Amino acid sequence: MNTVTITIKKQPDLFLEADCFTPDALAGKKADEIAELPVFIGKTVEKIGDYFTVSGETGPTADETRLVFNGDFTKVKYIGAKMSTGEVVLNGDADMYVGSWMSGGKITVNGSVGHFAATAMSGGELNITGNAGNYLGAAYRGDWRGMSKGKITVAGNVGSDCATFMTGGEIEIGGNVDVHVMTHADGGKVIIHGNAKSRLGGQATRGEIYLFGTVDVMMPGYVKAGETELTIGGTKAVFTIYDGDQGERHPTRKGLPIYAKLYLKK
Amino acid sequence: MTSILIKNGFVIDPVQGIRGDKMDIAINDGKIVKNLSNPDKTIDASGMVVMAGGVDIHSHVAGAKVNVGRTFRPEDKLQSTYAPYHGIRHMAGGTSVPTVFKTAYMYADMGYTTVIEAAMPPLYARHTHEEMRDTPIIDEAALPMFGNNWFVLDYLKRGEMDNAAAYIAWLLRSTKGYGIKCVNPGGTEAWAWGLNCLSIDDPVPYFDITPRQIVSGLMEVNEYLHLPHSLHLHSNNLGNPGNYTTTLDTLKLSEGIKPNNNFGREQVLHHTHIQFHSYGGTTWADFESKGKEVMDYINSHPAVTCDIGFVTLDETTTMTGDGPFEYHLNKLNHLKWANTDVELECGSGIVPYVYSKDVYVCGVQWSIGLEMALLAKDHMRCYLTTDHPNAGPFWRYPRIMKWLMSEKARNDVLATMKNEDKVRDRSTLGSIDRELTLYEIAQMTRAGPAKALGLGSSVGGLVPGMQADIAVYPYNPETESDPEKIEWAFSHAKYLIKSGEVILNDGEVVSNGNKKTYWVDVKTTPNRQVERDIDQTFVKYYTVNKNNYEVNEHEFMKNPCVVQIDAIQ
Ligand SMILES: [Zn+2]
Repeated sequence: MNTVTITIKKQPDLFLEADCFTPDALAGKKADEIAELPVFIGKTVEKIGDYFTVSGETGPTADETRLVFNGDFTKVKYIGAKMSTGEVVLNGDADMYVGSWMSGGKITVNGSVGHFAATAMSGGELNITGNAGNYLGAAYRGDWRGMSKGKITVAGNVGSDCATFMTGGEIEIGGNVDVHVMTHADGGKVIIHGNAKSRLGGQATRGEIYLFGTVDVMMPGYVKAGETELTIGGTKAVFTIYDGDQGERHPTRKGLPIYAKLYLKK
Repeated sequence: MTSILIKNGFVIDPVQGIRGDKMDIAINDGKIVKNLSNPDKTIDASGMVVMAGGVDIHSHVAGAKVNVGRTFRPEDKLQSTYAPYHGIRHMAGGTSVPTVFKTAYMYADMGYTTVIEAAMPPLYARHTHEEMRDTPIIDEAALPMFGNNWFVLDYLKRGEMDNAAAYIAWLLRSTKGYGIKCVNPGGTEAWAWGLNCLSIDDPVPYFDITPRQIVSGLMEVNEYLHLPHSLHLHSNNLGNPGNYTTTLDTLKLSEGIKPNNNFGREQVLHHTHIQFHSYGGTTWADFESKGKEVMDYINSHPAVTCDIGFVTLDETTTMTGDGPFEYHLNKLNHLKWANTDVELECGSGIVPYVYSKDVYVCGVQWSIGLEMALLAKDHMRCYLTTDHPNAGPFWRYPRIMKWLMSEKARNDVLATMKNEDKVRDRSTLGSIDRELTLYEIAQMTRAGPAKALGLGSSVGGLVPGMQADIAVYPYNPETESDPEKIEWAFSHAKYLIKSGEVILNDGEVVSNGNKKTYWVDVKTTPNRQVERDIDQTFVKYYTVNKNNYEVNEHEFMKNPCVVQIDAIQ
């Protein structure tokens, strides 16, 4: 695997949209070619080289390309957006849409990301050592097709509206999570090692939430359905099971409704 | 204004019976003329098809529900990229519900010049006109909805035709409407009571009138007022298995009514998106086509016209004044739903919908539209629409032309369907080898709809004296055999001329044209009772007062074009 290093040299005054920061878009290009590629600030078109230094070499295909970003990317959006393969390593923080619509490959963020990371993710891996903003692994605004596959790991805290409309895949959160988790979900799994606030699994029809910490306010649409001992995220514990959201239409198996499940550690 | 000569194209004009002859078309001062010496501009159309500008008889492109469709579907904008400013082309986006600019540009790219907004809630007429005003290039008109209007229900129930006519004339004038649209007669009003009217004899709660009385009454009033267009009807029971009997019952109501107008219109009833109304079976499990039965009736009844409402197998946004239908659709697909009750007048609903070729019901719906158009005997009475955006976006018309003109293209789609055998089994499409000609396509897309709208003397044809709306398509009917080329060419008009002005030059938008909006002003015998009823009803029931309801030409319209009629008895 070949590595290209992109280091920020000048902070943009306004936010910069760099949807070409993916192995798919940069594979096969030389460093000086990459520096000439367009990035957008509003409707102004600028060059990668205006803000970043590019060094190293890409692989002949995206599969063999690793992109390493160094510096403060909190004014840069869309890193790894729509990537299908290859690897992205970000040493620093980034703004919105990291790994949005990604379908494969691996992103490692040694830092924190803004909102809408992994929007409608359909495959691959996203690891974040810091925190993530709101709408992590959620559907795009208005859409009913959320995260369907892949794995997101966040060591720190996550904002609100995580995993909205999730249908598959897994999100593991090391810290705490803000309100609205897995709203409208119809599958998938969210593991929360810290605490939650409220509205876990609201309007969800399927899917699982595992909560190790506390929850401030339970959803009224969840009812207790027993206890179980499970090993989740490497930790063995006894959980109380809740079925919900009772207010929703649920699919059935052998005549019995399938519910979304909330597992609260005892 | 410039004079233009379009030289050497294959001219297709059903109005004059011209079937692809190589000839020149001359334009002077906004009109088509017989001949021209020293034209300011010459367009070489050799190897290309020349037709009148397209006319869309039924599309939802402006107004309250279109805009709700835009705002509640941000994800619709993701399906296509926003195109930035380009020359005089304004930024444009949206997919199944495009912005007003994109709507105009995409119609222009297809060579269309006239589009009818098919459902204007009278209360939201101002909004509808504002959007039409902001839609460049294409001439438009809007049809206000009457089939669930309290005044109409009251007058028709009591058999007061004069009053119904006076009210409808007032409303057309006030809202700057073009004709009488009726959506789910009585059913949308019943929906305000949580009910619906699924047959033409289901009574409307409170008003105690039936859809049969509403449809017959509106047809009668339409002819009494000598309107350019006929009653434009979306009948009861849309989209339900077995609804074809309701459709046939409804169509039969036209028997015995005679067209009465000075606009060359021969029908008394236009039934819209007939595909959605030609379903057999009792549930979605035994759902099948009754397209043949319905088209047989239309074929033998010259006083009826229809547009198809072809399903295009896309993700789209359904939006209709048929409130209860949208509720039931939402119960089927469980996506989001918006609903509005428009005070005393009508209602509407919106639901996104994905017509997947792998869902057999969608495959059958797709088949029914094509089957019906291929079984039609007179394409001057059967028009190409998708009920945009309900059965698919309007910019798929060229793809529908391809399917209509090529059996191979149809079989290619069928072959990719997961339930191909089942789909083939539920309609006769697979057994039809007919391929429509460009002449028949021109009937379905310009000459026919223009005539049905009562606009046949000015648009839809290439007769000297007519408005110079002309499209030139990069398609050579003598040499072309690849059906894909049909779809490409009819989405990429090489030249488009609107009212004598070049809009597309070599495929580029070079002018936003001078769009106009048609409306109908019918003079009726002064009617004090109706005037008093209107005044009192505004005071008593409406949330706005009358002065804030009426559409002022200067404020809300660009280039208004009034059709004046004297219906004083
Ligand atoms: Zn419609």
